[in-house]
Amino acid sequence: MAKDKKQIRIALRNCGFINPENIDEYIARDGYQALGKALEMTPEEVIDEIKKSGLRGRGGGGFPTGLKWELTRKVEAEQKYVVCNADEGDPGAFMDRSILEGDPHTVLEAMAINGYCTGASKGLIYIRAEYPLAIERLKIAIGQAREYGLLGDKIFGKDFSFDIELRYGAGAFVCGEETALIHSMEGLRGEPTVKPPFPSESGYKGAPTNVNNVETYANIPVILLKGSGWFASIGTEKSKGTKVFALAGKVNNVGLIEVPMGTTLREVIFDIGGGIKSGKKFKAVQTGGPSGGCLTEKHLDIPIDYDNLIASGSMMGSGGMIVMDEDDCMVSVAKFYLDFTVEESCGKCAPCRLGNKRLYEILDTITQGKGTEDDLFKLRNLGNVIKDTSLCGLGQTSPNPVLSTMENFYDEYLAHVKDHKCPAGQCKALMSYIINPDACVGCTLCARVCPVDAISGEKKMPHVIDQSICIKCGACFEKCKFGAIFIE
Amino acid sequence: MDIVKLTIDNTPVVVEKGTTVLEAAKTVGVEIPTLCYMKLDDMEFENKPGGCRVCVVEIEGRRNLAPSCKTECEEGMVVNTHSVRVVNARRTVTELILSDHPFECLVCSKSGKCDLQTLAQDLGIREIHYQGEKSTYKSDKSPAIIREMDKCIMCRRCETACNDVQTVGTLSAIYRGFKSVVAPAFEMDLDHTNCTFCGQCVAVCPTGALIERDHTWKVMEAIINPEKTVIVQTAPAVRAALGEEFGMEPGTLVTGKMVTALRKIGFDYVFDTDFAADLTILEEGTELLGRLSRFLSGNKDVKLPILTSCCPAWVNFFEHHFPEMKDIPSTAKSPQQMFGAIAKTYFADKLQIKRENLVVVSVMPCLAKKYEASRDEFKVNGDPDVNISITTRELAQMIKNANLKFTELPDDDFDRPLGESTGAGVIFGTTGGVIEAAVRTAYELHTGKELDRLDFEELRGLEGIRSATIDFDGLPINIGIAHGLGNARKLLEDIKAGKSQFHAIEIMACPGGCIGGGGQPYHHGDVNVLKKRQKAIYEEDAGKTIRKSHENPYIKKLYEEFLGEPCGAKSHELLHTKYFDKKKKIEI
Amino acid sequence: MAKVKSLDDLKKIKEEFLSKEELQKNGDKSLGIVQIKVAMATCGIASGAKKTMDYLINELDNRAIDAVVTQTGCMGYCYAEPTIEVTLPGKEPVVFGYVDEKRAGDIIEKYIQGGELVGDVIPVNYETIEEHNIE
Repeated sequence: MAKDKKQIRIALRNCGFINPENIDEYIARDGYQALGKALEMTPEEVIDEIKKSGLRGRGGGGFPTGLKWELTRKVEAEQKYVVCNADEGDPGAFMDRSILEGDPHTVLEAMAINGYCTGASKGLIYIRAEYPLAIERLKIAIGQAREYGLLGDKIFGKDFSFDIELRYGAGAFVCGEETALIHSMEGLRGEPTVKPPFPSESGYKGAPTNVNNVETYANIPVILLKGSGWFASIGTEKSKGTKVFALAGKVNNVGLIEVPMGTTLREVIFDIGGGIKSGKKFKAVQTGGPSGGCLTEKHLDIPIDYDNLIASGSMMGSGGMIVMDEDDCMVSVAKFYLDFTVEESCGKCAPCRLGNKRLYEILDTITQGKGTEDDLFKLRNLGNVIKDTSLCGLGQTSPNPVLSTMENFYDEYLAHVKDHKCPAGQCKALMSYIINPDACVGCTLCARVCPVDAISGEKKMPHVIDQSICIKCGACFEKCKFGAIFIE
Repeated sequence: MDIVKLTIDNTPVVVEKGTTVLEAAKTVGVEIPTLCYMKLDDMEFENKPGGCRVCVVEIEGRRNLAPSCKTECEEGMVVNTHSVRVVNARRTVTELILSDHPFECLVCSKSGKCDLQTLAQDLGIREIHYQGEKSTYKSDKSPAIIREMDKCIMCRRCETACNDVQTVGTLSAIYRGFKSVVAPAFEMDLDHTNCTFCGQCVAVCPTGALIERDHTWKVMEAIINPEKTVIVQTAPAVRAALGEEFGMEPGTLVTGKMVTALRKIGFDYVFDTDFAADLTILEEGTELLGRLSRFLSGNKDVKLPILTSCCPAWVNFFEHHFPEMKDIPSTAKSPQQMFGAIAKTYFADKLQIKRENLVVVSVMPCLAKKYEASRDEFKVNGDPDVNISITTRELAQMIKNANLKFTELPDDDFDRPLGESTGAGVIFGTTGGVIEAAVRTAYELHTGKELDRLDFEELRGLEGIRSATIDFDGLPINIGIAHGLGNARKLLEDIKAGKSQFHAIEIMACPGGCIGGGGQPYHHGDVNVLKKRQKAIYEEDAGKTIRKSHENPYIKKLYEEFLGEPCGAKSHELLHTKYFDKKKKIEI
Repeated sequence: MAKVKSLDDLKKIKEEFLSKEELQKNGDKSLGIVQIKVAMATCGIASGAKKTMDYLINELDNRAIDAVVTQTGCMGYCYAEPTIEVTLPGKEPVVFGYVDEKRAGDIIEKYIQGGELVGDVIPVNYETIEEHNIE
């Protein structure tokens, strides 16, 4: 690969190049050729090709895609279903939306290939209703594909029929879990059930169902056109191909990137991302969304792949990547993610429903400056029990932001509970605005802007802030022209 | 049969393929604590959402702990049910559940019978390390059922009972995460929903979240009021279960002790709903024969099959869910209401008191009876035929309040005239009993011949839907039986589709019939309790000298002195009712 | 529209489209046609891509510049939205970031009409599947 180019665009190959509302443009870039090619092969040959490519599920779990297809194929049933999981819900992640908006046909084509391989004649795309543009473009794409006969009966003149319908989700994060997703499509409450049985045995309406994520599908046509060998030459030993990340946070170039597996976090953050904003110091990077963990300086040179990220205490997840700098308080970061999980837990199993709530409350206590060392013990035990006992992937990973920040930033937690200080200066309850009497000229400006009259002092004499009244709004700090107010 | 060999707590176990780890552990004496799990064999009730995570165990080679209630045994599996990791997880999860539970045990009606309390005690939890906000919900007080969802632990048993078993669909989980709770749609009060008040949700609730509306105090107020004459009727299934509340073996018949206790509590007359059950048979049986003979003579307007109507939850069910079929069930009132109507007329006249001064109390295995008693059509000038309906559990509480040593009480007999009953009245308490009682009478009324046998084994049992053909001296009568509203629904759908071949169908809302009613002592998931109660009911029937309703001498006297003939004008006025279309039309 | 019955049918569609595109790029007109793609995914639209696109269409029309303005999906440069790609006849495509109406005007005037690059251009920092070969 050319040294200056850290990215390869496979899943994103057409995004930004074609008009997503014109099927001819997709076809002009070899669209639907993979489907035509697949239909010349036996389903087993196609599955074998996918297996040899080493493609693993891009929704986060990393299950080998070819194997998943094979499992669904092997179950005998009159009706089977192929589902596209487009219920992207990680905060700050929009990989799937971009693919659906920029290249909807690739997903349709891959689903049809999947249908051919598994023996399904019906495809369903479960997409959040909050993605109206993606829905619109999918509808247009499905209509165009039907007109060309690329969906419908006797595709490519062969004895293969396949059609796709849309199903809308209401944006519940847990509906990205495949059993919950299926229940939601069935009109039931979107909550997971214990696996086994896996959807490949009993899924939508009890029929064998193959669920793959948008980005996984987007890789399929390329594997068939360029060959599994080509695909498998990219990436690491156990993680092949590329991964799309939504790079966000305190980097200069936030955006959607696609890098080969094995790229290091350093390359992503500093070379592609252009380094940390405003010349600040890198502190941590959060991968895997609410299910992932925070990695630090020492993880920067680890090649990114499924297994390395898990070994480091995080996970691939669907591809959210949030970069933090020295101003970010890691306790607050953990609290932010727990807040999300508490909202998004379906409530079915006790450890997730109640445990995450308690984790959040303990973190809140700590950021309020009321935490104790005992709370740190509780966080760890509770976090581990939630991971160990929760019903689905949501609960089994939800304590990761807490556990990984405790692992990597324990001193910061200690500072909160022992010294009652927030080293990053983010936890308001732990901050004090103090007037340096040597620098204060007694201009009274601070006292005048203070909304709660916490500042007192004679004119031309040093002023003082009454800490018991101060609400830490920072108004005095901003107004002081003499730099006499500092934060402790 | 495929066999699986595994190891549980170092003990080799051999089980049939498909057995769960929880069940396999039981076979070698390893009890794994459970909370949300509940399974009633033969009753089509199985609740194992895998939600509470109390039953988790460690399985070698698996990353996470596994819920033993949902995990099937696999060859070579090595299971540890009580490792430090497991015990810590189990305790922590239990503490979490307790951390969101009101600590009202001292005044909770479920105290001492609460599965959560038992679990906490079994695990020896003395401190809750993870305290925090508790979820609160508005409480909902219907005439029959009270919902205090602050005490809900999301075990979903009620949801399973309401949806899977009863197919009523009133209760389901709503909201997400910490706020999630089981409730009617839009968190409506039960009163405004299609709830049938069958009370099966209450029967399976592990905590005090779902309980009956307690009326024991109202009963005491009536008893101490010198202006009131207070009489009580006891339903057939009560006597087969009441003893359990006093530590007696399930299935112990306590009819005589119950009568003594009721007298001691202060009721002026102690009567038996079984008497009214005999009356029901005469009315319903006559109605059946009437419809049948009109049908056989070619009248196409006659609706068959005739459906029994003594179960109030069942009546609610078809009024809400199948109102278009409301002219199919028998118009006969339930025994409770027949008793009330006769007591407030015939018996009040005998005592020469005004109906307003006669208080009729019923002891029922049922919660829907509370609602039934409050129906407007069962009131005269605002005075209900049955003033107060209490459950078996409430009666037990009253006996305890009266400081009676129940197990040591001598036997006594019901008062006359409304206390005399036959074996036919007794078997109303179990599924299949009403129709068997009806057969005994209808056969003899129709054929004019005496039955040579009284035990219709073909109508008995616990299978959800049963059928039998009884030969009415050359006329084959096809009989269907369903218990559990889900099973009732199946038969109703058949009738609707014109596929039903039955002449008469007995329907009981509760699995097992009244023995499994929502007001009975809690079975805690032990289906044997219900089976033993059923056995006791048939024993009482077998021990009766008179076993056919139409031979009850006091029933005969009632018709001679007061009613005239079955299904006559007086009967229609007092003993029959009509049904309403209560289908909910919810507009969003 | 005719149904696609074979891979050959598919190839015909592809070739027809490509030759049409080729004609647009290097047509017989002396200037050829300018091709502009506006990144119109949710992210782009939220940053004002619709305004930019409308402006481009109007302004190119006003100045009688022969151009095709189409929408496309997300180019991935969130930090620089709205983004557009401009291909002058016979030249490599160039991606411009932060294209509000003012900058769009500059691009028309200076780059499209004058051939002179304006402000920062977003460098292509990825390989395409065609470019990537097994090492």
